[in-house]
Amino acid sequence: MARLGDVVLKVRSKNAGPFWVTVDVFCGSPEVYAKVVPALATGEVAALYRVEPQHLKRFDIEELSVIKFSLPRPVVQGSRDDRDMHGAQWAVLLEEADVRV
Amino acid sequence: MPTRVLVPSGVLGLGFDRAALKRGVDNRPDIICIDGGSTDSGPFSLGAGVSKYSRAATKSEWRDLMRARAEAGVPLVIGTAGTCGTDATVDWMYDITVELAVELGQNLKIARLYSSQPADRIIAALEAGQIRPLEPAPVISPALLDSLSNIVALAGAEQVQAALATGADIVIAGRTTDTATISALPLLRGDHAGGAWHGAKIAECGALCSTHPTSGVIQVDFDADGFTVEPLAETAACTPHSVSAHMLYENSDPYQLYEPGGYLDVRGARYTALDERRVRVEGSRWVEGSYTVKLEGARVAGYQTTILAILRNERYVKGARAWVDRLSAFLEGEIRSRMGLEPGEAYTLEFRLIGVDGALGGQENRVGDPVEVGVLGIVTAQSQAEAAEIGKLINPFVLHYPLTDHEELPTFAFPYSPAQSDRGALYEFALNHVMELDDPMSAFRLVVTEVAHGPAR
Repeated sequence: MARLGDVVLKVRSKNAGPFWVTVDVFCGSPEVYAKVVPALATGEVAALYRVEPQHLKRFDIEELSVIKFSLPRPVVQGSRDDRDMHGAQWAVLLEEADVRV
Repeated sequence: MPTRVLVPSGVLGLGFDRAALKRGVDNRPDIICIDGGSTDSGPFSLGAGVSKYSRAATKSEWRDLMRARAEAGVPLVIGTAGTCGTDATVDWMYDITVELAVELGQNLKIARLYSSQPADRIIAALEAGQIRPLEPAPVISPALLDSLSNIVALAGAEQVQAALATGADIVIAGRTTDTATISALPLLRGDHAGGAWHGAKIAECGALCSTHPTSGVIQVDFDADGFTVEPLAETAACTPHSVSAHMLYENSDPYQLYEPGGYLDVRGARYTALDERRVRVEGSRWVEGSYTVKLEGARVAGYQTTILAILRNERYVKGARAWVDRLSAFLEGEIRSRMGLEPGEAYTLEFRLIGVDGALGGQENRVGDPVEVGVLGIVTAQSQAEAAEIGKLINPFVLHYPLTDHEELPTFAFPYSPAQSDRGALYEFALNHVMELDDPMSAFRLVVTEVAHGPAR
């Protein structure tokens, strides 16, 4: 087991419009990408972000060695209960998650 | 016909490399395009109809771009003027432009493209079945639409082309898609449609698609088969990786991008390095669809007063959660007995623990041992006066409330006086919908004016 952030180059999250947030895992090399893709279970990522698995979009982008997840924001950007206007801190949930690599 | 587009930066107000801009002008572009905003910073700008950037920063950068335009002798286009692209911020940008025309001694034809939507038009479209929800969309009704402080429609390439067709030197556009100002001229001149939209998406954040994101200036050459992108700062380079990775940025889908009249599909795109700094892209596809424009709207969702106290005493830091739970229950009773208000519709009071789970709230899964905890109280009420009154009412208790009944009253650290601040209106985004249009210009308005402060022409 290892912390994902220690294995990959970078994990970034950002709003994709006011209603979505997108999390990009930059693996940094094809070797790391090949190890991380099977280790990141979509269901576990959905649970981490507390979203139904069917609402989590996943893109495994081999040519960039990037795994991308997009999910509806848990609260709409800037609404009363929002705590992170740009959605950039959600990345830490995945960055700090333990993965089996 | 090949088209060279100069993009000085990702947004007006964020700065750019002036030497690179000069290089761009010397390269004889066909048009200069810059974005003026987005929803990135939240609903306030759209809700209030004001720019988030300072007038001084905007004017100083716009001065450079107006000079560059005069030197290049080509149109200068700004999309989503004044952050949100409402009619009010288009006029704000127009006022700045006219001031600068006087200061710089320029003769100008200025086209303003207005994107604000009267609620009546959207209600009629809703009733005619011409409004479709995107996923996820808030529920809308005629009453809700009527309550929005601003509604804008995102113009596409067609509306920007109409503005350019007036022969304008400067186009000040209201809300447009991020890409529309850049794709408009290449599409008008018959360049590859997939390449026009893809190149526009790559360039819309300026040098963010390069290895030196803050340098700003980017040049894109569009032609019959695709596009070539090159950063103009000496320290920056575009690589196949930096360019293709930009499709990830703030996009929920890295392969498809919906625009008025269709979508861009980049699954087949090939990225080739021409040299150390230029990248050639071919193979992206434009897929035509029905003509829809995306809508954005915001409304007032209450008025807020906030209060901040810092707990440094170790016992209170460790018991911060229990303390705010006990305090909240007590304050609910105080607000009920003194103001006759029940929590819910009338008001909400939330305490967030900065240092514990301030950013992630219920999603936080780490427990730390903070030195201190900031307690941020947020009151949301139906008027500013009521929110302010609640703020004053809770102030002494946020300062002194004890963890148990049997102890001396504590006093926490207030960082300023008064500890509470009135925030004004809380705005929220209320639309994630598209509207069908028979004629692209039917929801947009063009106004063309001429100002003459230079030599007679």
